[in-house]
Amino acid sequence: MDASASVETHHDPHAHAAEHEHHELGWWRKYIFSTDHKVIGIQYGLCGLVFLFFGFCLMMMMRWQLAYPGQAMPVIGKWLPYIFGAESMPDGKMTPNFYNSLGAMHGTIMIFLGVVPLAFAAFGNFVVPLQIGAPDMTFPKVNAASFWAFAVGGVIMSMSFFVPGGAAKGGWTSYVPLAAFDDTGPDRNPVFNGQTLWLIGFIFLITSSLLGAVNFITTIIQLRAKGLTWMRLPFFVWAQFVTAFLLLLAFPPLEAAIIMQLMDRLAHTSFFLPAGLVLNGVPVSISGGGSPLLWQHLFWFLGHPEVYVLILPAFGIVAEILANNSRKPLWGYKSLVFSVLVIGFLSFVVWAHHMWMTGMGSTVSAFFQTTTLLISIPSVIILSAFFISLWGGSIRFTVPMLFATAFLPMFGIGGLTGIPLAFNSADLYLHDTYYIIAHFHYIVAPGTIFGLFAGIYYWFPKATGRKMNDFWGQVHFWPTLICMNVIFLPMFLQGMAGMHRRWFDGGQGWNVANEHTIWGLTGFQWNHPISWAAWIMGLAQIPFIINFFWSIKHGEKVNDNPWEATTLEWTAPSPPPHGNFVTTPVAYRGPYEYSLPGCERDFTMQNEPVEPTERTRRKPPAELVPA
Amino acid sequence: MEIPYTISTRPDTGLWNAKIGIWLFLASEVMLFGGLFSAYIFLRIDSAPGMWPHGLLNVPVGTFNTCILIMSSVTVVLAWASLKMRRYRAYWWYMLATILCGIIFLVVKLAYEWPQKYDHFGIYIKPEALGKHEQYLGNAYAAEKELPPRLEITGHLHNRAALSDPNIKEYEVALDPLNADPTNPSMDRPHFFPLPVTDKIATIEKKDVERATMFLPTHNAYFASYFTITGLHGLHVLAGVLVFIYMWLPVSKKLYQRSPEHLANRVEVSGLFWHFVDLIWIFVFPLFYLL
Repeated sequence: MDASASVETHHDPHAHAAEHEHHELGWWRKYIFSTDHKVIGIQYGLCGLVFLFFGFCLMMMMRWQLAYPGQAMPVIGKWLPYIFGAESMPDGKMTPNFYNSLGAMHGTIMIFLGVVPLAFAAFGNFVVPLQIGAPDMTFPKVNAASFWAFAVGGVIMSMSFFVPGGAAKGGWTSYVPLAAFDDTGPDRNPVFNGQTLWLIGFIFLITSSLLGAVNFITTIIQLRAKGLTWMRLPFFVWAQFVTAFLLLLAFPPLEAAIIMQLMDRLAHTSFFLPAGLVLNGVPVSISGGGSPLLWQHLFWFLGHPEVYVLILPAFGIVAEILANNSRKPLWGYKSLVFSVLVIGFLSFVVWAHHMWMTGMGSTVSAFFQTTTLLISIPSVIILSAFFISLWGGSIRFTVPMLFATAFLPMFGIGGLTGIPLAFNSADLYLHDTYYIIAHFHYIVAPGTIFGLFAGIYYWFPKATGRKMNDFWGQVHFWPTLICMNVIFLPMFLQGMAGMHRRWFDGGQGWNVANEHTIWGLTGFQWNHPISWAAWIMGLAQIPFIINFFWSIKHGEKVNDNPWEATTLEWTAPSPPPHGNFVTTPVAYRGPYEYSLPGCERDFTMQNEPVEPTERTRRKPPAELVPA
Repeated sequence: MEIPYTISTRPDTGLWNAKIGIWLFLASEVMLFGGLFSAYIFLRIDSAPGMWPHGLLNVPVGTFNTCILIMSSVTVVLAWASLKMRRYRAYWWYMLATILCGIIFLVVKLAYEWPQKYDHFGIYIKPEALGKHEQYLGNAYAAEKELPPRLEITGHLHNRAALSDPNIKEYEVALDPLNADPTNPSMDRPHFFPLPVTDKIATIEKKDVERATMFLPTHNAYFASYFTITGLHGLHVLAGVLVFIYMWLPVSKKLYQRSPEHLANRVEVSGLFWHFVDLIWIFVFPLFYLL
């Protein structure tokens, strides 16, 4: 028994019942078809990491084409035709169609199969029940169903690379009418083609996130430990709570849109198709009467809340790690909570700022411009509170803390560069340039993904009982940080110089990318340092991968609370058994009671009862109180 | 390990887990159908004059189905109330009534209403040929009465081979009453009881035809949304019926004997789902049948 459990004074009479009920499950039920939230969390996490790496590989291939357009890919070039088919990579040279597939699938995989499963489902499943002192999620079977729906969706999406014609090419946004006619025609199977499989895969992913979201919200409402009131919840739980609501309410309209696009493709309806379309010189035989703008509205109704689905869990993770490693309470806990709620609400009324170019009209634009600027206020409050939390702390620069502190300026750059895009006059110029790519990647790549790395290093000891190696963590962190910036900073320059984000040749054939130099390189030439940084960053992930798997068996053994943290998950054994806690936890205080005056240790856990003398002890010294 | 509040309520929230779960699920369903209904509104507002049809659905049959669904909502509440009073036999009968109502609804929809549509034929006339078919369309009369323009001739297709055979140069259609007698004032508005197809046969040359299909989803935006929304609603009805059948089978009797409150809770959440499915129909019925 560790030190933290020894201070536990409350003993529930049923506490040990859990152990008596425990019966051995077979290997398959225990590790594969499990209903335990921790196993499901780890399954989600591993799948998410694999998909993140897969999505990154797609991008590394695209970076070759952008830097060296039309040249055969070295080393792996001769193998790729065997994997993706000779019509995608003839002699190792990328075709435009295949480039489009890679682009569309990079976005789809990174967002829906990488970050969301990792940030929301993996961390949420593993950490939330532990942090609120619950034995499991409220609906364990629904939880398992959620994972398996995700797995099926992932398989369908990945499989679509190998059907005739290759994976979806319509961008991750699948704008109609192009997407409605992609992969149609006599030589394509009506169902087993890239775009249709993309749509079908999505239905499974949406089902998965629906089941997950219902489960998370119910768990947080119903299974909080005794004494764990709403304002005593760790900020991470709040972030997941709001994220779950976003998924619950924003995804269904996209599902409606996907059903309609499926109808357009399979039943030849015209939900999104206006009359008079001509395909390859032949008028299309459809009834018409549909609206491409309708797809964009429904898509971005999900698309924008989705951005906050990506970032809010990372906020939560970073908050936990900042408080823990600065040995100080999180500054402005209540304003953080209300900010995250306001973000959740406002994120539903900003979607059309993705559609300035469609000519919706100035009244609509003015409305969405206003709401878009409003939503920056709570985001700035959160980021400021994080910075102030560091002020005067005795900071421990552990590996999770490195990632968490790097998150702050990276997210800051991403956020501030978004403000010009909120104004539709500025956006008309910057729209669809590399500026946009740089802006949102600063938020999700060095932003969210740094948050996720921080979370992995931070909670790894809870999941395995061992720590990941610090040295190799540093070897992972520094090159990744440098490469991220070498990749994305020049893209702001490229974008402002007018380089379009969808050029297949990286700008080689376009005057605007070759005539002017920016800091000595033309827009096109900037692709070289960017691409090299991307490949070096790929190499920099190898220490992480090895460290991750090696530490599971051989990492340094640590106690149940290696970071000397305060929240409830650290009172459970590492790894927690089925049912999680040895004794049913009770919360007596807020989540971040670090460095309480007059205490022996600089952290006081949530399950430590408040001593009668504590209140008087916590009063500031008399000389600090103004007369 | 026991998950708390599966059957009893949590004191500070006053709810058991599944009740929160189902309400959240229904919130998400509202957004799903909300997306579809807003698409309906978007498409309808956007449609060109005369392109949004009226009065093509069978209103009495729709009304009958509406009554059936409302009745089933009542019986499912009675089933739940019987369980609360621990009267299993009454529960069993009410549940059976609910299941039967659901099945009747689906049968009417799938075996009668939908096939009737597949069997109906509509021809959009090219703008330049509208005058040539004035005897079937009555556009001059419609303009005089300030009715929307008539672009379509509907009825039963006699020579079905014309659909696939390019050598057949015209469609032979037994006309609907409106096209048979377009200047009759009683045809200005749709009828509650649908009028049968007339004996009058029109021959329409293919070269005058913009588009001609059966009343399938591909026919126009109206039928696309009709089949999509009622199809998705039908799937929900089917899901509800399957869940109710499970709760009506002997397996659930065992649960009742072990923990009657647990079964009552299950019936309550699935009943909430069922009410939601009814509610969707309450929107579908006026949107497609009446307006």
